[in-house]
Amino acid sequence: MSKIHNAFAKGKAFIPFLTAGDPDALTTVALILAMAEAGADLIEIGIPFSDPMAEGPVIQEANIRALNAKTTTETVFSIVEEVRKQSQIPLIFLTYLNPVLSYGKDRFFARCQALGVDGILVPDLPFEERDELLEETKRYGVDLIYMVAPTSDDRIAHIAKEATGFLYVVSSLGVTGVRSEITTDVGSMVKKIRAVSDVPTAIGFGISTPKQAQDMAKVSDGAIVGSAIVRMIGEKGKDAIADVASYVCTMKDAIR
Amino acid sequence: MKKGRYGCFGGQYIPETLMNEVHRLERVYEEAKNDPAFQQELDRLNREYTGRPSLLYYAEKMTKDLGGPKIYLKREDLNHTGSHKINNVLGQALLAKRMGKTRLIAETGAGQHGVATATAAALFGMECEIFMGKEDTKRQALNVYRMELLGAKVHAVTSGTQTLKDAVNETFREWTRRVEDTHYVLGTVMGPHPFPEMVRDFQSIISREARAQILEKEGRLPSAVLACVGGGSNAMGMFYHFIPDAGVRLIGCEAGGKGVDTPLHAATITKGTTGVFHGMKSIFCQDEMGQIAPVYSISAGLDYPGIGPEHAYLHETGRAEYVPITDDEAVDAFEYLAKTEGIICAIESAHAVAQMKKMAKEFSKEDIVIICISGRGDKDVAAIARYKGVELYE
Repeated sequence: MSKIHNAFAKGKAFIPFLTAGDPDALTTVALILAMAEAGADLIEIGIPFSDPMAEGPVIQEANIRALNAKTTTETVFSIVEEVRKQSQIPLIFLTYLNPVLSYGKDRFFARCQALGVDGILVPDLPFEERDELLEETKRYGVDLIYMVAPTSDDRIAHIAKEATGFLYVVSSLGVTGVRSEITTDVGSMVKKIRAVSDVPTAIGFGISTPKQAQDMAKVSDGAIVGSAIVRMIGEKGKDAIADVASYVCTMKDAIR
Repeated sequence: MKKGRYGCFGGQYIPETLMNEVHRLERVYEEAKNDPAFQQELDRLNREYTGRPSLLYYAEKMTKDLGGPKIYLKREDLNHTGSHKINNVLGQALLAKRMGKTRLIAETGAGQHGVATATAAALFGMECEIFMGKEDTKRQALNVYRMELLGAKVHAVTSGTQTLKDAVNETFREWTRRVEDTHYVLGTVMGPHPFPEMVRDFQSIISREARAQILEKEGRLPSAVLACVGGGSNAMGMFYHFIPDAGVRLIGCEAGGKGVDTPLHAATITKGTTGVFHGMKSIFCQDEMGQIAPVYSISAGLDYPGIGPEHAYLHETGRAEYVPITDDEAVDAFEYLAKTEGIICAIESAHAVAQMKKMAKEFSKEDIVIICISGRGDKDVAAIARYKGVELYE
């Protein structure tokens, strides 16, 4: 069992996301450490990609900023290496499949294991194509994290049975981004999961306010927030650290 | 071979939100394929709306001038809306209707597929939104107006390189936002299964007709068929029914842009490597980190960093050949066909004409070659004028 389990062991988990290398590698290290300090339970680190198909404009722009800052897959690993000198907080990567294939699957997951990356979430790798990474993730003890969406219906039980680490519950249709309201009945999605598995669930997409995080955490095991944090980083760059830390603290308090 | 796979290529690499929809599309397409009423309706539209079968024209002056094989042109440019794109769009619009959809969305590069989709939406009384790279809305301003005239809403995509790949990204994003009433009319033989197979089937009418037409006219098969390749839909359509005919060379002509030794090209098979992008495993122009490369071509329709998975497979198995054609060669062929045969073809199709000019001497006078003229060139006239230094705007 990976460290992901620990993230859900002390009550509801707060999971912030950021794009590695936005605005630069040093700031990413500082942001991760500050978020860990502020009460984050697990941190999702995005590996920048030229064409992030599942992202809304806020995270798309973060990807562009990170790539413009010459962030490579190697840079992302060096960010994790720095973080691991000071923190053992559970970490997962969010990446599109192509950068992993390009780096070499075996080499990629061997690095993940050596540096203590606990899981990987791949938005363009649906359940049916999991064989693409399953063998390597198992070999190197990295959890392959699946997603379920409001359109998943009968697929939910199917996917939940095989889930490892935690199950990412997509709250809304569309791409990532802040939403004023979440209308999907996520509670019933989680019930379908619970009927077949006791894997932890965390809800993401559209969450930005403490109230939303609280509502989502009530019906699941945790809340994931990306765009709201990435927007702060986009606005303030290197000077965003204090704001992000205080935001994480507020959000964690809200779901506690 | 596994369903939806061409060797290792193909698959369904898309977000979970779209999986049930794509599975449903697979099922509905299978049913429709085996439903005579669906086929009859599609045949009727192809005949009476598009104007099929398209002509197989003997290019006598070009044949004599080049002194090589006997050259025939498959005239997809004569289709309603001016290109082969309508073949696929009518099929998918019928499927969308069958699925109870009321809204069509599509990406477009040169605007040909957008115009065809807007046309089908008008015909079937559906809502229509087209996503087009901002750069392309400038290059192909007339087509933007055409789509609007047909009742479609055109979104200028400002993300990334503002060209075809970004338009595809944005259309996928829109589909995940509103999947219930919306069908994504993918314009080429790419994307997740069943799109590569389905689009190929709808486009294969090109080679089904061409094969019968050449047998009727000449009593024998051609030595080669040529088509331009971006995503690869007219080429797949032109190749498909000739694949079992081992003696027929299948030649795809890619966008060589300013030259394949420069960064300014879109020659996926010549320069690309295997990867996963836009829902499929295939060959892509990408950097050493797996970032999708910005590509370039004078032709907005070929300006795409990937290629359909079945082409990747035809390349890998050696059944088809793929060659790059530069902007200069394509523009030269564009002018050549106009002056020699009185046919202004699309700059995309001119890539295939250029390859014919280059390789004419490889054939004997007894050989027959068919070139797919995938579209007409009206849309390109102003851009070619500017390329030649004439300050002409639409």
